[in-house]
Amino acid sequence: MSATDRGAGRIPPVKPPRFGFLRRTYAMLAKELIQLRRDRLTFAMIVVIPVMQLLLFGYAINTTPRHLPTAVLLQEDSDLGRSILKALENTAYFKFVHEVQSVEEFDNLLLSGKVLFGVEIPRGFERAVRRGEKPALLVAADATDPVAAGSAMSALGQIVQTALEHDRVAGDPGNPPFEIRAHARYNPAASSRLNIVPGLVGTILTMTMLIFTALSVTREIERGTMENLLAMPITPVEVMLGKILPYVGVGFIQASLILGIGVLLFGVPLRGSLPMLAALSTLFITTNLAIGYTFSTLVQNQLQAMQASMMFFLPSILLSGFMFPFAGMPIWAQYLGECLPLTHYLRIVRAIMLKGSTLENLRYDALALAALMLIAMTIAVTRFRRTLD
Amino acid sequence: MTDASAAPDIAIEVKGLTKSFNGREVVHDLSMQVKRGSIYGFLGPNGSGKTTTIRMLCGLLTPDSGEGTCLGYDIRRDADKIKRQVGYMTQRFSLYQDLSVRENLEFVARLYGVPNARAAAREMIERLGLSGREEQLAGELSGGWKQRLALGACTLPNPQLLLLDEPTAGVDPKARRDFWNEIHGLAADGLTVLVSTHYMDEAERCHEIAYIAYGTLLAHGTVDEVIAQSALATWVVTGDGLGALAHELAGKPGVDMVAPFGTSLHVSGRDHAALEATLAPYRSGGGQHWQHGAPSLEDVFIELMSRTKDNFQ
Repeated sequence: MSATDRGAGRIPPVKPPRFGFLRRTYAMLAKELIQLRRDRLTFAMIVVIPVMQLLLFGYAINTTPRHLPTAVLLQEDSDLGRSILKALENTAYFKFVHEVQSVEEFDNLLLSGKVLFGVEIPRGFERAVRRGEKPALLVAADATDPVAAGSAMSALGQIVQTALEHDRVAGDPGNPPFEIRAHARYNPAASSRLNIVPGLVGTILTMTMLIFTALSVTREIERGTMENLLAMPITPVEVMLGKILPYVGVGFIQASLILGIGVLLFGVPLRGSLPMLAALSTLFITTNLAIGYTFSTLVQNQLQAMQASMMFFLPSILLSGFMFPFAGMPIWAQYLGECLPLTHYLRIVRAIMLKGSTLENLRYDALALAALMLIAMTIAVTRFRRTLD
Repeated sequence: MTDASAAPDIAIEVKGLTKSFNGREVVHDLSMQVKRGSIYGFLGPNGSGKTTTIRMLCGLLTPDSGEGTCLGYDIRRDADKIKRQVGYMTQRFSLYQDLSVRENLEFVARLYGVPNARAAAREMIERLGLSGREEQLAGELSGGWKQRLALGACTLPNPQLLLLDEPTAGVDPKARRDFWNEIHGLAADGLTVLVSTHYMDEAERCHEIAYIAYGTLLAHGTVDEVIAQSALATWVVTGDGLGALAHELAGKPGVDMVAPFGTSLHVSGRDHAALEATLAPYRSGGGQHWQHGAPSLEDVFIELMSRTKDNFQ
């Protein structure tokens, strides 16, 4: 601008541009698109979240699950017993994964959650059938998740009957030669509340714990305090532990709150040991905090940290057995689910509260949680950048 | 500290430091030496690589090439040891805004393992003149107080070397004066201070200075040495029509720099003969008063900068 243009009154009055609203909106829109294109993570979320949801809902979730893991206790080895088992397996609801020798083993498998069903053919069963004594075939179900057990249970009698007719094992369909005595263990009323309330403990803790630590490192970077922190003599492990530990206390309070409400208000029983529940809950809380912290070391800013947390939270809800029966998911989804801490914690919290399981029963899930925690911490410590390079 | 005794009078000794970000070289082949107990001024325009160099010295950045020692420790391998004995004051306030003055100082004291962190923090609060404000959040302090607090935080662990990155940017003259008195006090106690700044008056308060532009160290030494090295001839012109004169002289042979200073105009050039030849007709023209002057530090720097810029274009 030359000096003469600057003189007072020489500036032509500013006319509002035509279509100003549209121009400004367009300017804003163009800017947003550019920023969106540069923000790879948001871009990924646009694609990944709907695709993931669709795939998970479409393939992984099955509310009438089949091939449920089942244990068999054969008190006698008879042809009739074998054909009944065959018939059960042919229904595709049951999959015999364990053949046990004692009632104790049978119970332990149910308590640890390795099987959802147990079938017992009692001693002298075949003879009793021939004599027309109508003996009972015992089917025990882990009913902590009523959805998983329910459909198989309700179909049980009918299906076995038709299967037996087909196999011509016994004659008169109107007068079955034996009865099936089904026992829905742990949750006889099939109350879904008993299943969901302990599950909520895990779900709520997953969400809150993840977000607490996911923001922790990025917050330091965004506020500019990271430069100062890095210039001081502190190691990555110290930073990590210092950021995780306060929230272990927070998580513990949260867990107590939810569990307390669950027991007092919703009447969820606590059949197992409270100290063990507290200890394993603390392990679960720490695992989630470690994973959140790991995200924090991987992303660039707080927004990305939130997004990463959501990306982790979504499969946690869908694939852990919280919303839909774990046993009903296809194998690949079950493998994915095994990588999520929530899966293991759900088994733990449901087993301790509803079944009164012991640590021995839950060893696998406890070890899995500890392993996930250590993996997350290792990644976090190695990924923590000690310089500003 | 066995390493440090090898060169007891040298705090910083680096050679050929180079650092690039995304293919752009920010620091180029930089070598420098800082004596223990001295105040070393680090000058240069924005984006010249001052901050990057300071960060390489304290282990926050790894040089792409080059080597050196800081307090006798290797800057590549011994970053942890360096950090324990260096106080680094970042350009942007980087203490916790949501922590109080006392909490920030206690945090720093604990990180460095200062025995009795509480007492150390309390002592520092008194020394900083922050008594009565110790429970105030750091984020609520004014610029000058924030700067004092930051200096206090980095001197709290008793470091041997202070790296101050533009510590007085945006601080009023009185606070700036106090700050420099404090720094001279610290240096008198044997602390080595490397301080980056834009201000010429601050440069003149340093024992030694280095001028860096476009990642290259262009001049170093005492203020007088740097001025002498420049071999710049300067004329100070006073009188009427200085604006027009400045316009006319700019770019003429021998005239490297024309800069107005209040009511006078500084005309400088390295090639004395060419400068004389160009100026002769103007000097005899009258109307203005011409006088030989010593170039100021600012003249020297601006000239150095314009010279380097040419090399980089």
